[in-house]
Amino acid sequence: MTQSVQTHGDPDLRPGGLRGVAADFGSDQRAFKTASWGKAMMWIFLLSDTFVFGCFLLAYMTARMSTPVAWPNPSEVFALHIGGQDVPLILIAIMTFVLISSSGTMAMAVNFGYRRERGKTAALMLATALLGAAFVGMQAFEWTKLISEGVRPWENPWGAAQFGSAFFMITGFHGTHVTIGVIFLLIVARKVWRGDFDTERRGFFTSRKGRYEAVEIMGLYWHFVDLVWVFIFAFFYLW
Amino acid sequence: MSETTAHAQAQSGQHHPIRLYLVIWGLLFVLSAFSYMVDYLGFQGYLRWSLILIFMMLKAGLIVAIFMHMAWERLALVYAILLPPLLVLVFVALMVSESNYTIFTRLAFFGTAP
Repeated sequence: MTQSVQTHGDPDLRPGGLRGVAADFGSDQRAFKTASWGKAMMWIFLLSDTFVFGCFLLAYMTARMSTPVAWPNPSEVFALHIGGQDVPLILIAIMTFVLISSSGTMAMAVNFGYRRERGKTAALMLATALLGAAFVGMQAFEWTKLISEGVRPWENPWGAAQFGSAFFMITGFHGTHVTIGVIFLLIVARKVWRGDFDTERRGFFTSRKGRYEAVEIMGLYWHFVDLVWVFIFAFFYLW
Repeated sequence: MSETTAHAQAQSGQHHPIRLYLVIWGLLFVLSAFSYMVDYLGFQGYLRWSLILIFMMLKAGLIVAIFMHMAWERLALVYAILLPPLLVLVFVALMVSESNYTIFTRLAFFGTAP
């Protein structure tokens, strides 16, 4: 069977569905027709990061399932004393809302970037960085509170010893990602504000011309950080 | 197609109304509130676990599809990125089996001690 399919040129002529997948991968050209190399590489990095966090959550699952000692109840451990009563998990809920809001502002920053409104793009990116920094701040508060209550990677007052190691490892690694994201955001926001992507000014490190796609690639990383938190929130805090 | 329109298309990237992002933002807020309510109202057992997983998957799906623009990418990229993580489920199955064996040996040889 000999058939030829359009794999380059006018995007509207490319086949869709599974046929399109086969044609794209078999085209003896770039496999990802609509994604630039920068975007494709960010996606592939995020895929590898998915496995890193997947392994952390798996290690936590294994520790929790294989210990005969009761697991500390996260609902009580992460409760805050507000207005004379314990509100369960309230700080974690606020952190979740803060991170989701930062994802919302980031998505809009990407949108304004493609409209070439650099003022709004930079402002929304700064708002995203601010919310991200607030998240890290609340996480630092949470760590301080737990450490003062005697939680260590090897012991805690409430139950299975593995609780501390899983908690510090998972939230610590996620917090590191958020921190790196905030730094990354500030760098890209400065470039946007200065008009680097309008004047195609060359980057200080790569010497390549910048495009507003950099904002979208930055956004991919930031949304991924939010995505990981969705899974941590579900498996570590709620389960 | 003239040179200029081709250039403009290559430069354009993702164009969607702002309203779309606000709606998704709102939905994520509502879904997060629902997941929090699962804990606040103290649901237990299979009801709790299934609700947590449903809200988690809905949130993850919205973030990946809309915020990360996966819904508008070619299927080749979608499959290349989203199918490999499913293999983690094989790892999960292996570790569940391993954990069951570990706790069995711990209980059999040490009673209830660690």
